Parts: sequence; C-alpha cells; structure tokens
Amino acid sequence: MRTGLADPGPTDWEVVIGLEVHAQLSTRSKMFCGCPTTFGAPPNSQTCPVCQGMPGALPVVNRRAVEFGIRTALAFKCRVNPACRFARKHYYYPDMPKNFQISQYEEPLAEDGSLDIEVDGASRTIGIERLHLEEDVGKLLHEGTLETARASLVDFNRSGVPLMETVSKPDLRSPDEAAAYLKAFRAVLVYLGVSNGNMEEGSLRCDANVSLRPRGSRELGTKVEIKNMNSFRNVKLALEFEVRRQAQALAAGERIVQETRLWDADQGATRSMRSKESAHDYRYFPEPDLVPLTLDRVWVEELRAGLPELPRARRARFVAQYGLPPYDAEILTQSRALADYFEAAVREFPKPKIVSNWVMSELLRELGADDERAIGSSTITPVRLAGLLALIEDGTISGKIAKDVFEKMVRSGEDGPTIVRREGLTQVADAAAVGAVIDRVLSENPKAIEDYKRGKTAAAKALVGQVMKATGGRANPGVVNRLLEEKLSKI
Amino acid sequence: MTGRPIHELTEAYRRGETTPTAATEAFLARIAKLDGELGTYLTVTREAALRAAADAEARYRAGKPLGPLDGAPLVYKDVLCTRGVTTTCGSRMLEGFVPPYDATVVERLAAAGAVMLGKGNMDEFAMGSSTEHSAFKPTKNPWDLARVPGGSSGGPAAAVAAGLAAGGLGTDTGGSIRQPAAFCGIVGLKPTYGRVSRYGLVAFGSSLDHIGPFARDVTDTALLLRAIAGADPRDATCLTAAVPDYAATLAQGVRGLRLGLPDEYFIEGMDGEVERAVRVAVDVLRGLGAAVERVSLPATPHALATYYVIAPAEASSNLARYDGVKYGLRVAGAKDLIGMSSRTRAAGFGAEVKRRIMLGTYVLSAGYYEAYYGRAQKVRTLVRRDFDAAFARVDLIVAPMTPNVAFKLGEKEDPLSMYLNDVFAVPADMTGLPAISVPCGFSAGGLPIGLQFIGRALDEAGVLRAAYAYEQATPWRARRPSGA
Repeated sequence: MRTGLADPGPTDWEVVIGLEVHAQLSTRSKMFCGCPTTFGAPPNSQTCPVCQGMPGALPVVNRRAVEFGIRTALAFKCRVNPACRFARKHYYYPDMPKNFQISQYEEPLAEDGSLDIEVDGASRTIGIERLHLEEDVGKLLHEGTLETARASLVDFNRSGVPLMETVSKPDLRSPDEAAAYLKAFRAVLVYLGVSNGNMEEGSLRCDANVSLRPRGSRELGTKVEIKNMNSFRNVKLALEFEVRRQAQALAAGERIVQETRLWDADQGATRSMRSKESAHDYRYFPEPDLVPLTLDRVWVEELRAGLPELPRARRARFVAQYGLPPYDAEILTQSRALADYFEAAVREFPKPKIVSNWVMSELLRELGADDERAIGSSTITPVRLAGLLALIEDGTISGKIAKDVFEKMVRSGEDGPTIVRREGLTQVADAAAVGAVIDRVLSENPKAIEDYKRGKTAAAKALVGQVMKATGGRANPGVVNRLLEEKLSKI
Repeated sequence: MTGRPIHELTEAYRRGETTPTAATEAFLARIAKLDGELGTYLTVTREAALRAAADAEARYRAGKPLGPLDGAPLVYKDVLCTRGVTTTCGSRMLEGFVPPYDATVVERLAAAGAVMLGKGNMDEFAMGSSTEHSAFKPTKNPWDLARVPGGSSGGPAAAVAAGLAAGGLGTDTGGSIRQPAAFCGIVGLKPTYGRVSRYGLVAFGSSLDHIGPFARDVTDTALLLRAIAGADPRDATCLTAAVPDYAATLAQGVRGLRLGLPDEYFIEGMDGEVERAVRVAVDVLRGLGAAVERVSLPATPHALATYYVIAPAEASSNLARYDGVKYGLRVAGAKDLIGMSSRTRAAGFGAEVKRRIMLGTYVLSAGYYEAYYGRAQKVRTLVRRDFDAAFARVDLIVAPMTPNVAFKLGEKEDPLSMYLNDVFAVPADMTGLPAISVPCGFSAGGLPIGLQFIGRALDEAGVLRAAYAYEQATPWRARRPSGA
C-alpha cells in the first residue's frame, strides 16, 4: 500500500485538514417525497415522480429528516438557525434526475459547533462550520467499464434519500486526527440513531480538504480536495499520501495546484480529477418550490432535552464508574449498542474489567465493534455472557475452557451451562483425581524432573502443560500448580 | 350549445334540455370542423371525453350531479400533467411524454365532473406571448385568423373564445392567462400565488407560475376557481386558507369600492383605442358606484426587466432536467452521456427557450448572481411595496390588460417587442397578487380589448365581484367571433 513517494524527511510543514462528511439519515421515507429508503431493493422500485424528477413534480420537506438534522446539530453544540432555506445546486449528471440537487447554501440548518477528539491521549476540540440537509442522487450502472460501456443504466432508488452534510473547520492537523474525527463523528450519529454510519454501504461518505503551510504561519496554503475515500482506513491512507505528495512538491519548490483529486485505493495514490478552472459553477439560488423553514424554538428545546448520553460523556463515565482503562472505555463506547451491551452484562456480573476483556476480545472477534445490528441481535446476550463469566468465577470451568464454550455458544445458540453440562467440561478441582494424573505425567517425564532439580523452573511449566493436556484442559490450574509443587519437592 | 357558458350548460343538463354527451359531441364536432384552421388543440381526447360525459350523464339521470361543473367540457393547457395523456408543453423535448400522474387541478376538476376535451396549444414551455413559439403549430385568433391569440396559453384561450371548449385552464407566469384572455375576448383569472396547487404544472418559473381558469364569463371563472383552489400537501408553497364560495358574492356590486387607476399603466406608445376603452370602462365602474382615484406604482417600469431576470433564471434551472436520460426526446448517436444530453437539448428546445436558458444561466452564474438575480429580487420587493402602499388607499387596482390589441402572426420578430406586450401583466405575477382580465370592448377592427383588476393577496372574491359588476353592466360578452 505504501507508495513510491519517499518520505520528504524532517518536515517544516504544518498539515491542515478539513472534512466534509455526508451521512445518510435513517428516515423511513425520502427527503422530499414519501418513497421508502430501504437499501438494496430492485432498481427503480422505490421511486415516484418527485424523486425521478418528473416534469411538474414538487418537493415536500420530510419533517423527520429535519428533526434528525437538529438533533445532530445539538449534539455537536451547533447554533440551530431559527430559519433556514433550501437552495438548488446545479450540475449535469445523469444520476441526478433534475440536474440540480436540493441542498442548503447561504442559510443552513445549523452553524458553529464542535466535536472533541482524542489522539494519543491528547484531547482537541475541532470546530464544525455548518450542518445542512440535502437529497442524495441516484446511481449509474455501466455495462462493463465506464470507458467501454455500450450502455449505462440509472437506478433512482437512492435519489432523494436524505443526506446531512457537516463541514468541519480546517482544524485537523494530521491524518490520524482526521481519522479520529471521523470515528468520533460516526459514533455520535450512531448514538443519536440518525444514521447507521455504514461506510461500506455509502451511508457515511467523507471528502477532505488538505493543505500544508510553513509551521507557525497563520495563512492557509492552497487546498486540494480529496474524494472517494470509502473507509476509515482509506481516509487515513489517502490523507497520508496526500500530505507526503504536497510536502514533496513544496520541498521541490513546486506550487500546489488547487484541484480535486480522487483516492485510488488500488494504486495507493490520489490522482487529479479536475482543476479549479474546470470546477463547477453550481449556480445556487433559493429553492422556489419550498418556503423557508422556520424552526419552532420549543420543538428545538424538546429535541435538546431528549438527546441521549453521547459517546464522550459515556466514555468518561465508564472510566469513572467502572474503573476501566481509557482504552477499554473508548472501544466499548464506540457504538451505543456495544456500550448498552457492556452495561447490561455488568449489571448481571459486576466485575467490569472482566466483562470488558471478554467483550473486547471474544465478542468483538465475532461481531465487529460498529455492527449495531449484529450486537443487538447476537445470540450471546449480555445475560448469557454474564452467565458464562459466573461459571469461571465459581470455579466450574477454567478461563480457557470458557473460550471454547463461548465459541460453541456462538455456533449453537445454546447457553453456557447447557454446553458445559452436556460436554462434561466442569473443571476438575478434586485433589485426588488431579494427583493421579500428576503422578502419571511425572512417571512418563523423568527428564523433566531431572531438569527441574537442576534448577530449570521452565520444566515445571512444561509439566503443568502436560497435566492440563491430559485432563482436556479441565483441571483447575490452581490445584495443579499446588499439587505439582508438592510432589516435585518430595521427589 | 357550444356558445353557452358552463353554468348555463350544466343548468340545461339539470333541466334535461340537453345532456353532457350531446354537449361533448357538439364540442368534438366543432373541434373537428374548425381546429384544423385555428390550431387550438395539441391533443383531443375524444374517447376519454365521451366516457367522462357518459358518467356525468348517468349522474344527472340519477338526479345526483356533482355540482355546477359536472359535465362541463374543458380544455387544459398542455403544460398540465394528465395521467395517460401526452403532455408536451408545446415542445419537441416532450413530444410523446405521457405523465404517470394527474396535476392536482386536473384531478380536482375530474372530481367535480368536468369532461376534458383535450390539451391546448401553447408557446414552448410557456415562453412567449403569441403561441407562435409552439414547436408544433401556431394558434390563430378566432376574431382574425391573421392575428395571434396571445400567449403563452393561446390554445385554450382561443378554444374557449371559438366555442371549441366551454372553459379551460391556463397558466400565467408573466401574463400568459390574462393577455390571451384579453386578445381573445374572454375572461381569464390569475389567482394569488399559492391559492392553487402547482403540483403537476410543468415548471417554467416556479416562483411566478400560476394556474387559473379561462371562461366565457365571470360566473364560470368563479366556479372553476373554486373547484381548483385550496390546500394541497403535495405543493409546499400552496396556501391553506379556506376557499370561499366565489360565485355567492359575485353580485355584491362595486358600490363603495375604492378603485385605483395607476398612472404607470398608461404609457407612451400604447394603442389609443385600448386606452379609450379602458377609460370608458372606468367611467362605467364609477357609474356603478365605485370611487376611482389615481394611484402610483412607481416601480412598474422596472418590473418587466426584473421579470426577465427572475423567470429565465428559474427556467434555466427547471429545464435542466430535460437531458434525454429519463423521458421525452433522446437524440441518438452520441459517444457519451454528456454528448447525449447536449445533442438532445440542442435538438429539443426551440430558439426562445434556448435564449431564456442562456439568459438564466448567465444571471445565476458566479460573479453575476448579486448584480442580476440578487438585485432583481430586491426590485421585486419594491414592486410589492408599491402595491402594499396602493392597497392602503384602494381596494382594487383597475388598469388596461395590454398596451395593444392582438397583433399579426409574425409581426413581432424582435423578442424585446414581444416581451413588452406583457408590461401590464407582469407586476401581478411578480407580486403574486390575484388579477383578472375581462372584456371591455373592441377596436375599430373588431379585436377584443381587456380590462384588468388586481386585488389584495387572496382577494379573488373582490376581483371577481368587480369584474362581474362590470361584465353585467356591459354588452361585450354577447359578441362572438364571426367564425364561431
């Protein structure tokens, strides 16, 4: 993935990044018509005259989308404007049925907010310039590649799906900060339930403005817009590449050209898409088919009062209330579903760090931290996880066995005690039984005994391993250690 | 039968003197006989009309007509979407376009029992004042076949004047209902912006587009308006105010009404016959008990220029969707998508439409927006303030509808002189105020002249009442074009 560009060496440049994030809102119907927004339906099955841009069709604002926009704006501490307005943004593209997009321009829904991020333990506040609502476009499908296609087909199912665009201030100072911003941003959206934040499905899309300036300078350098970064990883890689590219150009005395560049994940490079000269003139003007939207203060305050606990606050609480390391708290609060899961499990099994370890290592191996739906519908419910941990706690099974049981629970959908009972996995703590196994192991490994006597303590560990193996991992490790030590000392 | 107003026709249905089917057949026969010459229809929906007429007839037989419009044979301007019926906007671009839905107004008239005879000819995308810009054919003025019927709703206006429909619907963005009504000697009303839903009206200038009725007389106008007006959840700019029974208040007269005669509506170069007819009409109103005083609407001279910034700007945006991708014309042979759209737009739009798209694109472009579109919106506010100030003193404005009578086909080749024809019409579009044109006499050459009333926002009732008082006091509505 690393590219041919050499590191330009010790840098004198400060990186300046601003992000524009488009999030699909999880409303049931589209932004300006009643069509459903479900992902993956047969092409053009979720369309009507409005979202197909038929002559004579008119838009009507989806109140729910406005509500989602306001809630997000409040979560980002934005000023929600008492009145806002939609505007038409013009450009020709066959996936956009009206050849203009209804968006917001001079009078957005909300302005001047912020989002706190943390990178390497240091916290920074990133400004948010504005937040506005708009409609999505359709999707163009080509027969073959774009260059060789004999025909192109257009699917308007996505046309008119509500989008929320949020523009950060150019406050980000590294690709890592940009990635952290995007993660924190996504977490807030998912917490609010206004978007599923799924980057693979395109529910969350991110463009970046990147520029470099001599460290200490207050002026901004020439910015380059980067598009087509469709995963968190690609955002970081693309920005790292672009920073290197610009630093190298500047070091070579070249001027940065203001342009739009596309991230090519296969090549691991950004490439020029269009220059400023050929940039679109969007010919914005207020959408005459919609009256200005005035927002009732009472409604906005109701929405403010109804905001859930947000990721950052929850993370701090997890550290304070459960005594978790910040790293654990960070991971567990990435999604509302996961944090809810953790808290539900802790209610049943009140040893937070143990629950955290199991959630982070075992549960997330199966599910993925940001898969809200999977977490919500997992067969390993918080109660079942707590039940399994209780079996370890009371000595019924060992931690190692518990991990096998966990995997069996995932596959079979049964609870822990059922599996343990059926498969006879109950831990052997009976001194006589364990002692008999130890005697047999010792008689079979005279060399290990010799080594031990000559002072090689590692030999004892090997013997413990043998005993555990011989009992199928069921022997209580504490009992094995104690008995083995006793027996060795007697030999 | 084809010469009677709707309210008389449906009264005759009720009394059993004639039937919706007989009337519809009579209109269809007359269309077949005369429309080859007049060119008022782009589509005649014969079978659907006869079916609708038969349904209406059944209701009358059962003694349960839907109301005063049940069985009324109407023509709709071809800019209104009609489900299953070609809607072209007078453009090659939409030749063969069949909308999958009805405009709200079409739906409402159907629910009132109206019989659609067909779709009326128009200037392409409603851009023009003569109907010569129809991509398919010009419409001729039934009073003089060498002259234009006005535009852009020339087809429906001429059809109603010639007895090829009992009434109809047009649209008015810069005078396109009232100017052809004046030229054709019928009544045309442009309601308050938002009074009638625009859903299904193929947009030209969204903030200026209005749908309104054409009729033989003011009573029909009131009936048609009541049927189409009112809140519509599909149009966010539609007003929710209750719709009054306009016909019920028509006869209240003008006694005690204060009428304002604006100085700026009597301009140099205007036709002396028109000015005289209007001044005589004002005397008639005075005689009926109205108080007439001079008012000033000083921003009027700027209204037209401003209109030609705002309307093209919105048109350039609204017409962007015609790209050959989804519906209507697609020109084959392009190598890529951009080529397909460019070729389609080059072939599909006529010269006047292209002129306005270019004008509109220019005034919205970066660096010019404030100087043109931004400034035009400010002037629009000034025009509105003029009217607000006038309406503090008077109840209605009374004025000429046009500076001249119908001109000859091909006479106004210079776009600017064509645009000037709408100088008295445009302010009501710019302000969204309700306005009506009612016949007020004839030129020596036998061409109709129109009198305009402009009212306060949502005062359609006042506008109709004044027009009715004038109409009842004068003989003009009895006169029919010689061919009709």
